[in-house]
Amino acid sequence: MKREDDFQERRKHLANLTEEELEQRFWELAEKIVDPLVDLAYKHTSPSIERSVLLRMGFSSLEAKAIVDGAVERGLLGKGAGHLVYRLSRDKNLSIREAGLKLANGEMWDYIVGVFKGGEK
Amino acid sequence: MELKPNEKLDIEYILKDLDKYRPRRRGWTWRKGAGEKRKIGKFEYYETTENLKSSQPLPAAKYFDNIDPQPQPVITTEIASGRFEDDIRRMRMAAWHGADHIMVIRTAGQSHFDGLIEGTPQGVGGIPITRKQVRAQRKALDLIEDEVGRPINYHSYVSGVAGPEIAVMFAEEGVNGAHQDPQYNVLYRNINMVRSFVDAASAKKVMAWADMAQIDGAHNANATAREAWKVMPELMVQHAINSMFSVKVGMKKENICLSTVPPTAPPAPCMRLDLPYAVALRELFRDYKMRAQMNTKYMESSTREATVTHVLNLLISELTSADIQSTITPDEGRNVPWHIYNIEAVDTAKQALVGMDGLKEMVELKRNEGELKEKVRELKERAVLFMEEILEVGGYFKAVEEGFFVDSGYYPERNGDGIVRKIDGGIGAGTVVERDKDYMAPVTAVFGYNNVAQYDESAVDNPSKLIGGCTFEDPDKIVYIDELDENDNVYVRLEETKELRGTGLVKPEMEWAGDGIILLTMFLPAEERVAEFAAIEIGERLGLEDVEVIHREIMQEAEGTRIELKGRVPFTIDTNKLEIPPKPDIMSDDEIREEIEKNPMKIVAATVGEDEHSVGLREIIDIKHGGIEKYGIECHYLGTSVPVEKLVDAAIELNADAILASTIISHDDIHYKNMKKLHELCIEKGIRDKIILVAGGTQVSNELAIESGVDAGFGRGTNGAQVATFLVKKRREMKDES
Repeated sequence: MKREDDFQERRKHLANLTEEELEQRFWELAEKIVDPLVDLAYKHTSPSIERSVLLRMGFSSLEAKAIVDGAVERGLLGKGAGHLVYRLSRDKNLSIREAGLKLANGEMWDYIVGVFKGGEK
Repeated sequence: MELKPNEKLDIEYILKDLDKYRPRRRGWTWRKGAGEKRKIGKFEYYETTENLKSSQPLPAAKYFDNIDPQPQPVITTEIASGRFEDDIRRMRMAAWHGADHIMVIRTAGQSHFDGLIEGTPQGVGGIPITRKQVRAQRKALDLIEDEVGRPINYHSYVSGVAGPEIAVMFAEEGVNGAHQDPQYNVLYRNINMVRSFVDAASAKKVMAWADMAQIDGAHNANATAREAWKVMPELMVQHAINSMFSVKVGMKKENICLSTVPPTAPPAPCMRLDLPYAVALRELFRDYKMRAQMNTKYMESSTREATVTHVLNLLISELTSADIQSTITPDEGRNVPWHIYNIEAVDTAKQALVGMDGLKEMVELKRNEGELKEKVRELKERAVLFMEEILEVGGYFKAVEEGFFVDSGYYPERNGDGIVRKIDGGIGAGTVVERDKDYMAPVTAVFGYNNVAQYDESAVDNPSKLIGGCTFEDPDKIVYIDELDENDNVYVRLEETKELRGTGLVKPEMEWAGDGIILLTMFLPAEERVAEFAAIEIGERLGLEDVEVIHREIMQEAEGTRIELKGRVPFTIDTNKLEIPPKPDIMSDDEIREEIEKNPMKIVAATVGEDEHSVGLREIIDIKHGGIEKYGIECHYLGTSVPVEKLVDAAIELNADAILASTIISHDDIHYKNMKKLHELCIEKGIRDKIILVAGGTQVSNELAIESGVDAGFGRGTNGAQVATFLVKKRREMKDES
């Protein structure tokens, strides 16, 4: 879009604001712009976020990538990749490391798919 | 291990046992002792921080008791040559000059790498940021900060499609600051906007946990826009979006730093354009920190021109404020920054800020009248209008789709050349998924919905309890990968330069050990293009390899061109085989002055024989050239072509302590013959045991002068201090003998 500088016209409603009111308005607008973005982030996740969770659970970057790729493939990322590892560890009485390495190696995914797609929400 | 000032940093030690290394702290550190007056040397400073334990002062410090005052802002240097092992040495040099924020640039393309890179591969224009490289550099900086006596902040980038992972790795490895701004990904890296903001929230949450300082990416609009000064309203909007987003995610305002650049540069009247912007920004964002960056947009290959622009930028920092003063190397307009220019840039900041210490005690901005008042108001209003329109069109994503950002118009003017991105476009589009009701992440510092309660109500505030603590509580859980590529790693590179470590072999270096690069400056009396090719020919005939002209500047179209040329030296110097004469013995100025005050000294001086060359002698004598007069030595200059007899007679008449005879003409060894004559005449007149005879001249050697009968000979490159030192010491010696 092209537009001439119509600042003088546009600013009319700001002209009478004090400096303080103007600054306040600046920050209110900023908040209105970012609120939906924050909400979006609150409700969503991504492969990188899930790998970052797995790193914190004690997996290497390579292991984390393998587990997340497995979860994406099976449509399970919305459960949380760390969740899958935690659940396998709990249900099968494995350590967190052992459970994660099984998933990283492509093992026991059938069980995980069964747990999370079997209606258990 | 402790570093010793006269010993090189041992890279092998740094690389040893890295798997066991743990960072000593987390979080950002500001300089200590700001806001108090401080006596340093002979002066009182208003805006300094604690002195360093070890440092390299500015060259002129020798006139001021070698003081090295440290200004208030943290000073940044950006280092990344592509080889982290070489960068570590540059970091040490920069720290000695006053940098306490070391920013590591990432290799080209890392922002599109979906995951962490491991090992130590070589980078292009930066290093691949990996756990191993970060760990090695943080370990080295621990040693360096102990050496200089001030904490050093280590910094890199949490951007690209792997932001959250990089943030976690940085938190684990004790990285103290990072760039994080989803708008940067969207606008300049074409990463999908949804992915960018979703990832950014998680990354920021981790950074907040680690108490890292965050720097935003708004300044890039300056560097990208066609006319940088017109994006000022937008810059404030970009700062606001990232700042507010960060606060909402849980970051403390005092850890949020705005990356701000004075947008303009001379020959534009940049101070008048940039100052209102700097003031408006600091008022709107008074709760946040300012990271003052230097202008890169209008940098050409002249390091002088860049330095002047950067000093003007520093004046803005002084007149407004800067919490972090970033520096841009003056060679950035012509090559990947070299060691020496990182140091120059740090010194430029230190020098200018210390020189302007306390300026605001005497100078004040006319904030509430005239042009400054109007401009500040106008900028704020334009920024408000910008945000109003973002909301009108349906929010941030819509505004990006409509090309609101980096438009070259002075908003609300629009030129239709902004960067356009689509919500379903870019790298990583379609990879974001909604969290299900039972979504769960059993770790610390998770942003967003996290249903921990389904497993343990008591772990809701501490999700990592579910797994007995995560790496943030128990670093032993971190899995360290050493190397993945057997051909591209630090050990292979170190093997190639092995002969340059600890052997006494030396090669010039600008970026990497053994690169052999040197820089030649020359004036060629030829027009620009001819000069350029003549210079290349000169470089090649000198035996340099990869010769390249990196700077050309017209002095006058027909009269000639200044050329700066780089090339590689193909040989290595064995310093063991060098014959290095001992350093000239020099007493301090104060010491010499004190001695002369106690025992006044008188000398007679002339150029002897048929010699009209007086420049050298005047240099040694004249106070304005730093000659011996400045110590209070009484000098009687008899002129040029003075017969030796006349010189000796004058010495007797004045009862001089010494005769200084200068001879340039060396044809037929006439200079040594004259020295001999002088010596013999003094014996004849019975004063030789009471008078000091000093000879000087470009072709004079000390050994031959002494052989010719005088007490000392001074050749090319001599200064007044050396001669005065000799005179004082020799007189003491003669007194002791008699």
